[in-house]
Amino acid sequence: MIETLNAGVAVLILALAIFTIATRELFAAAVGFIAYGLLLTLVWAQLHGLDVALIEGAVGGGLTGVLVIGSAARLRGTQVTASAERLGASARAAAAIVAGVVAAVLAACVLALPDPAPTLAPQVAANMTATGVGNPITAVLLAFRAIDTLLEVIVLIFALIAVWSLAPDGVWGGRAGPRYDADPNGILVYFARILPPIGVIVGIYIFWVGADHPGGKFQGSTFLAAMWLLAARAGLTDAPPISRVWVRIAVVAGPVGFVVIGLAGVVTAGAFLAYPAGYAKPLILAIEWALMPSLALTLALLMAGAPQRPGVP
Amino acid sequence: MVLDIITVFAVLTGAFFFLAGTVGLLRFPDTLSRLHALTKADNLGLGLVVLGLLPQAGGVSAALKLVCVWLLVLLASATVSQLIARAARQLHPRA
Repeated sequence: MIETLNAGVAVLILALAIFTIATRELFAAAVGFIAYGLLLTLVWAQLHGLDVALIEGAVGGGLTGVLVIGSAARLRGTQVTASAERLGASARAAAAIVAGVVAAVLAACVLALPDPAPTLAPQVAANMTATGVGNPITAVLLAFRAIDTLLEVIVLIFALIAVWSLAPDGVWGGRAGPRYDADPNGILVYFARILPPIGVIVGIYIFWVGADHPGGKFQGSTFLAAMWLLAARAGLTDAPPISRVWVRIAVVAGPVGFVVIGLAGVVTAGAFLAYPAGYAKPLILAIEWALMPSLALTLALLMAGAPQRPGVP
Repeated sequence: MVLDIITVFAVLTGAFFFLAGTVGLLRFPDTLSRLHALTKADNLGLGLVVLGLLPQAGGVSAALKLVCVWLLVLLASATVSQLIARAARQLHPRA
């Protein structure tokens, strides 16, 4: 029974992937991509990867969905020209061959994997007590492979700088996006007043349970960023000018805290990002608490986009 | 046993509403009636599925979370359908 459902979801995902690529309409492709992300969430949950499912739902479906729809809206003017472009037969054939070869190599690699797949899960399970956290994913992300997580959050800052660099000279340092004006008695404003208190609690809860259950700072901060975006779209709040010092300090504060704790490990435990015995859990929690606000702000500013208005009126 | 029967019955009924809503979404002629079909699937279909899953939740807190999910979807789908309907009316004022 469950196999039938799994096969159905697999077929749906393939069909949606083909639709997303094949459709000539930007908005339809964006919607297809979001639905594709939500179906992937189901797959991850079915594979018992609940942490990945949460992140796929929040980031892959939600946050990326906002970015993709925003891009589709901005590109609407170019739709006609883009649709009129047709690739030559040789270019199409070359693209098909390259795509086919890549898919074949990937398929061969998947089929060649040893069974059972090589795994480090027993080592993680054996050494998890040293970290004091109950969720093995959190133990891997913040103790065993903390350097990966550190680089991940730093990459996000680079992405934000890249987005900001798209600002025209005249509005550099200004506010992101247009100022949204919604009908103050309209449904959107009502929604933007009702939902954020709930969403903020859910986001902090997901962050909080991350130490022992599926969840964590990335998923939680995505919730917070989404709630801010909703309030901004309803005109209840506005994006801060990116020249403000507090904005820049808040964006880098979390990663800097992470690096400081990592450097302290050189003195106290003999290696970068190592934790002295017995202090692993409080230090991991300190890193999570430091990263959460920075991540929420970075994700929110990423979704808001490049500055389009001068910051000082 | 009785609880399992309730679950099967409620989830099946919920699935029927989803099916009916999808058929309506595909077959109805204009945006407003398609929205009408869609919100029936969301509200009643999901409500019945949640109702059916309550006996299987294995605890009051898990059951409350399920109910919260349903209430949040109600709030979101009501809002989104209003917004879509308004956009549709501005695009085709007489439809």
